[in-house]
Amino acid sequence: MGLTDASADKIILWVVLPYVTFAVLVVGSIWRYRYDKFGWTTRSSELYEKRLLRWGSPLFHFGLLFVVLGHFLGLVIPNTWTEAVGVSEGFYHFIATSMGSIAALVAVAGLLILVYRRRSTGPVFLATTRMDKTMYVFLAASLLSGAWATVQTQILAGGHGYDYRETISPWFRSLWYLQPQPALMEGVPAAFQVHIVAAMLLFALWPFTRLVHAFSAPVQYPFRPYVVYRSREASVTSRAPRPGWDPTTTPPR
Amino acid sequence: MKVMAQMSMVMNLDKCIGCHTCSVTCKQAWTNRTGTEYVWFNNVETRPGLGYPRTYEDQETWQGGWVRTKRGKLKLRAGGRAKKLASIFANPKLPSIHDYYEPWTYEYDMLLSAPQGEHTPVAKPKSLLTGKDMSIQWSANWDDDLGGSTATMQDDPILKHMSEHVAEELEQTFMFYLPRICEHCLNPSCVASCPSGAMYKRVEDGIVLVDQDQCRGWRMCVTGCPYKKVYFNHKTGKAEKCTLCYPRLEVGLPTVCSETCVGRLRYLGLVLYDADKVGAAAAIEDEHDLLAAQREVFLDPHDPEVMAAARREGIPDDWIEAAQRSPIWKLISEYEVALPLHPEYRTLPMVWYIPPLSPVVDVVASSGNDGEDGRTLFAAISQLRIPLEYLAGLFTAGDTGPVERVLRRLAAMRSGMREVNLGREFPEENAEAVGMTGDQVQEMYRLLAIAKYEERYVIPTAHTEVARELEEMACSLDFEGGPGMGGAGPFGSSSGQPTPVAVENFHALSARQTADSPYGPSTPGRVNLLNWDGNGRPTGLFPPGEDGAGEEGRS
Ligand code: HEM
Ligand code: SF4
Ligand code: SF4
Repeated sequence: MGLTDASADKIILWVVLPYVTFAVLVVGSIWRYRYDKFGWTTRSSELYEKRLLRWGSPLFHFGLLFVVLGHFLGLVIPNTWTEAVGVSEGFYHFIATSMGSIAALVAVAGLLILVYRRRSTGPVFLATTRMDKTMYVFLAASLLSGAWATVQTQILAGGHGYDYRETISPWFRSLWYLQPQPALMEGVPAAFQVHIVAAMLLFALWPFTRLVHAFSAPVQYPFRPYVVYRSREASVTSRAPRPGWDPTTTPPR
Repeated sequence: MKVMAQMSMVMNLDKCIGCHTCSVTCKQAWTNRTGTEYVWFNNVETRPGLGYPRTYEDQETWQGGWVRTKRGKLKLRAGGRAKKLASIFANPKLPSIHDYYEPWTYEYDMLLSAPQGEHTPVAKPKSLLTGKDMSIQWSANWDDDLGGSTATMQDDPILKHMSEHVAEELEQTFMFYLPRICEHCLNPSCVASCPSGAMYKRVEDGIVLVDQDQCRGWRMCVTGCPYKKVYFNHKTGKAEKCTLCYPRLEVGLPTVCSETCVGRLRYLGLVLYDADKVGAAAAIEDEHDLLAAQREVFLDPHDPEVMAAARREGIPDDWIEAAQRSPIWKLISEYEVALPLHPEYRTLPMVWYIPPLSPVVDVVASSGNDGEDGRTLFAAISQLRIPLEYLAGLFTAGDTGPVERVLRRLAAMRSGMREVNLGREFPEENAEAVGMTGDQVQEMYRLLAIAKYEERYVIPTAHTEVARELEEMACSLDFEGGPGMGGAGPFGSSSGQPTPVAVENFHALSARQTADSPYGPSTPGRVNLLNWDGNGRPTGLFPPGEDGAGEEGRS
């Protein structure tokens, strides 16, 4: 299998789109970091509203952390490896489906609370930008389609369910080897196809939304001394005035 | 011994008239922006009272500052690093906007644009968060001048911790004002709480700052600070706090709040301290020992050994000399009349206060006795338990001893100076009774009562860093006001070397103070009267006349 025996639309969906998404994500993030460090924040809205956030945000984030972990296990680790350490296909399926469903349920519940909160709390809704709304559309699309794919092909289908580790996972890894195999994606259930496309669009949008905060998760916090000292010289003493703010002057005669 | 320098402040509470000028000028300078409507880097509280944000001193609720563990280690009260990260998605101890107040504006436009009608038009309050009508329930100083009122008194966190006889003597209450800024602590718990490491303490002068480009909005610092002096800008999603007006300090100007203080009660100066001792001092077991422990951390700037060690650390000579002239060192360590606010938070705060004697004087005077008589005052100080205990709750973790000592010193000064004013000798026995000499008391009087600008604000101007930047200025001339000015850098507009922020601010300030600028008003046809110094006749001051006479200012 290779590039030659796949149709043009498959190549666009499963080769071009992933690479373009990846490029936009990387270049976009670098660009955003360089030109908009000031905007690189969670833009927390906790000051406005705490009661719903207290439930919604941890449910969503913790659920999502497990979802991300599950994706790592499912997509990156080949099934030959898990079998080599004695994890049978059936056992893997059971663990992945049960844990994955719980994580998805938690994340979706959190997401619903967060979206409800955004819409129903006056100050939070007013502080919601157009980019936030777009982001939530794609975030919800990815999350809900993923959850639906699991329900439809794993739980409702019965038995061992759909074995994405024979198709989607090798396709995903093939992208990283730079030997993309779009043909693997042929015959993948529509629910998964929708989920993957939605996720790619979300990743392309990522650098331009508040989601960039996930890239600066404070993993270094436990390892630094409590009190930080900085010398005035080392710190930003001389920030350039923003371009375009020069005062009016009379042209020399 | 690792000598470091700290810019610090002392406020003499007897002289605060609660006019809020400091708050207003600070706000005009730094927080008159969107997202910071509720932010008061400087606020003035009426005590007894709730403070701002409401009941911020109740650390059982807000969990700010440090606690000492059983093993003698310091721990953030809101939880260590693991707990911080685990609760990062929704910070359980973050005050909500309603613990501050919901910012609002008025529909001023209605006053002008309402159609003619039977009723006088009104400007209704509109929430700045929702844009809707709102009823104003609270604000930054809603309980202003309500000290001792039963409307708020029972919620004052200090009174709650005091003994039961308070309730009985409620009628005999007292009131004073407490202006507050960030304490620029030696052991800042805000910095320790910041997960991204965006907050830091400046090595040179100890000012605690937030790097706006590195702040990621995890909003843990707000919880970390027991004084609630880090605020969250709800529009930009970044933490902001008092900067001790560092762009002004760097060029030798006092902070805006000090400069504009009507009571002239603020003092600014350096303190040298031993950074190696900070950790142990903050972790001392008995809360009542914290005051002494913090004083121990400070170093005598006249001690040749300290001076030599300071030089070894690269502290420039003019800074050492400024530390020797520092009014802060005198008030804290020589006269020992200044006390820290809430040492029990263990952050080693660096804005100290001279507690007010006036509540005592007021009681004495209103009972028909002589409020300037030493013996009456001394007796009253030890009898009036409520003011004493209350002040101790603020300044000494509840230990009335040091507060009493300070008040006695102030009383000795007050009664002694009356004698001097009546043409008699300073009564030496007054000074001796409080462990000072007559000369010392009179020196202290001069510093507290009549000290001039240069004595109140001893701010070393020539930072080495500034000197370096002055070099920078010497080779590139395109500063505002410099000959190369005109905005065009080597590669066109705004390119080239950035302007050092201190220099930029200095010039911006002086430009604002002298109107008749070369540029017209920013809004065509209008003049900003707030910035106008009364000189000249700027364009737009008067409406244009028919023959263009009003336009003459433009030529
Ligand atoms: C482990 C890394 C992450 C950390 C530490 C983190 C932390 C936070 C914090 C502190 C907030 C602000 C909550 C508030 O006070 O309003 C937030 C909001 C948010 N985060 Fe994360 N986050 C992480 C990863 C992610 C990821 C991977 C996603 C999505 C794919 C995500 C999506 C969101 C969304 C959508 C919001 C906005 C919630 C709302 O106010 O509606 N986060 N996050
Ligand atoms: S008072 Fe200032 S330095 Fe101290 S903890 Fe609070 S914000 Fe930090
Ligand atoms: S300006 Fe001075 S006198 Fe007025 S409230 Fe502020 S500290 Fe007190």
